Amino acid sequence: MSAKSNAKVARTMRLLIIEDDRDAADYLVKAFREAGHVADHAADGEEGLALASHERYDVLVVDRLLPKLDGLSVIGALRAKGVSTPALILSALGAVDDRIKGLRAGGDDYLPKPYSFAELIARVEVLARRHGGREETVYRVGDLELDRLSHRVLRGKDEIVLQPREFRLLEYLMKHAGQVVTRTMLLENVWDYHFDPQTNVIDVHISRLRSKIDKGFAHPLLHTVRGAGYVIRDGAR
Amino acid sequence: MTALGKLLRTTAFRLTLVYLLVFALFAAFLLGFLALNTRRMINDQIMRTVDSEIIDLTNMFERAGLRGLIVAVDTRSGNPGSSLYLVTTASGDGLAGNVGSLEPRVIENTGWSETAYRRLEQPDSEEHTALVRVVRLPAGFRLLVGRDLAERERLFSIVAVAGRWSVAIVVVLGLVGGFFVSRRVLQRIEAMSDKAQTIMAGDLTGRLPIAGTGDELDRLAANLNAMLERIEALMRGLKEVSDNVAHDLRTPLTRLRNRCEAALRAAKSDSDYRDAIEATIEESDQLIRVFDALLMIARAESGEPRAGMTAFDAAEIARDVSELYEPVADEKGLALHVEAASPAPVRGNRELIGQALANLLDNAIKYAGAATDRAAGAAPEIVVTAETRGDQIMLGVGDRGPGIPPADRTRAVERFVRLEQSRTEPGSGLGLSLASAVARLHGGELRLEDNAPGLRALLILPRADVARGTS
Repeated sequence: MSAKSNAKVARTMRLLIIEDDRDAADYLVKAFREAGHVADHAADGEEGLALASHERYDVLVVDRLLPKLDGLSVIGALRAKGVSTPALILSALGAVDDRIKGLRAGGDDYLPKPYSFAELIARVEVLARRHGGREETVYRVGDLELDRLSHRVLRGKDEIVLQPREFRLLEYLMKHAGQVVTRTMLLENVWDYHFDPQTNVIDVHISRLRSKIDKGFAHPLLHTVRGAGYVIRDGAR
Repeated sequence: MTALGKLLRTTAFRLTLVYLLVFALFAAFLLGFLALNTRRMINDQIMRTVDSEIIDLTNMFERAGLRGLIVAVDTRSGNPGSSLYLVTTASGDGLAGNVGSLEPRVIENTGWSETAYRRLEQPDSEEHTALVRVVRLPAGFRLLVGRDLAERERLFSIVAVAGRWSVAIVVVLGLVGGFFVSRRVLQRIEAMSDKAQTIMAGDLTGRLPIAGTGDELDRLAANLNAMLERIEALMRGLKEVSDNVAHDLRTPLTRLRNRCEAALRAAKSDSDYRDAIEATIEESDQLIRVFDALLMIARAESGEPRAGMTAFDAAEIARDVSELYEPVADEKGLALHVEAASPAPVRGNRELIGQALANLLDNAIKYAGAATDRAAGAAPEIVVTAETRGDQIMLGVGDRGPGIPPADRTRAVERFVRLEQSRTEPGSGLGLSLASAVARLHGGELRLEDNAPGLRALLILPRADVARGTS
């Protein structure tokens, strides 16, 4: 599976899934394990809060509606204790306002139900990396180089001229090099919209970008991950 | 509760009672004041008359002596009227006058007093009251002049009777008036609450009666009616939502189920199953999309996302969304132009307005793109505009596609209406409905116009500074 092949690139993550629905939780634990990660499960808010306070996790996946203590309160309590483990909120409430509420409560990302697992793992991996990662001035993938200060992009010795939006698209992809980024993640982070654009708008932007950075080179760097999204990586690795 | 009991408990009746009490007290006070003043006035007048007579008679005594006085007093006593005269010796024996009897010791004290008396010529009549003044004349003689007080008492009693009657009349009229006013108010309230009962029982089309007098009850009824109007519209919307949800979700759910059944029945290899499962996931994604769109329309209709409104530039949205869709349009052989140079301040939900515009653009690309093969004559271009016109912001998307026939245009923007031809196209097919719901949420509208040829969709929103005034 695509998610599996991607997991080989990413390091193993330790996750806590706080979800009261037994089936959904089992499915997530199993799917994350198959992807090479370690996942614990808490069935209610209090248990989740206790586990998240005492154990070290890379990312928390928190359902919003939980017995005993709701998801936003769990995150709020953790933040108040100084626990800054990144948290992704899963919620059946998908409207714009709910999302804002979730992020304000201290969540780092928000994914409305129903979601695809590919979307979830891509976001979780980005969160895990963001937590430990650093902001570099120059991103490099293979012989592709992006300078965030001078806004110059080089492939080998050739300078590639990009439109501002194309630059931001490539910047986001390279920032998460080796990680799958989904179409909605691109729309959120590059365009700052959270709606489903219905048509293949992102694909067309990607194919334009691809024609600029990969066309004429033996090793393509920008890859499509079927059923999930895109990843930029040095194919040789 | 009895009808009378109900009536007595009305606010109108209680107010009547309070007013009645206040008016009765006021009337009693006024009449009492009047009576006392009248009495004092009559007393003053009597005293003035008595004083001048005493001066006359004293002068007479000084000029003509006791004899002259007696003659004058006898003459005056003979005149008809209410005057009293009495001349006595120092020991109190009567010398002249018309007084038969007095209260004891009256004659001995000089000055003013009130006394019961009898006239000399009517010794057997009942006693009357008089106001008298006694003066001492030289040589110990005493002179008494007075006036009967019957007139004063009569006047006083007339006023007292009038007072009692007027208070009684005020009370009776007030009670009757209060009764009728309360009954009238009660009848109207009763009519309103009866109507409210039938409305609560489920007849949402019912409205409260309005008397047409424009009073506070009418205003209350009109406001309640407006509220009912809104509730009815929401209920109608809810019913439409459920009907449309049923239709829009049942159909793809049936397809989904059929596909799974077909796979179970006919699939022979793993790859057959894989294909079927992938198709199922695709179908369920489509289902989620429809569901999300319906939910978002319903939430926009309910006015819920009003909280997340901020002020922003709609021209920027037009440029952003156009930039997002430009490659897609380009791929379909359509040129996408943006005319949004000047800022267009809007107050609203950026996310929703962006999505509405994206839907319009998506539609334009879908239909105009499909049509360019056929209508080669028309220039294959899409124009996105953002302009300020008066206190309105207009976000427009014009295409050169087949357009929508005028007859269908108003129907196309109604909530949850999908034109038949759109059902076969990919996407939720709810783009126009959603855009229209977003416009209504912001107090604007979605207008569809002939782009000659093609369709021009206009998202009309109130300007930011104007919108702020209303929010």
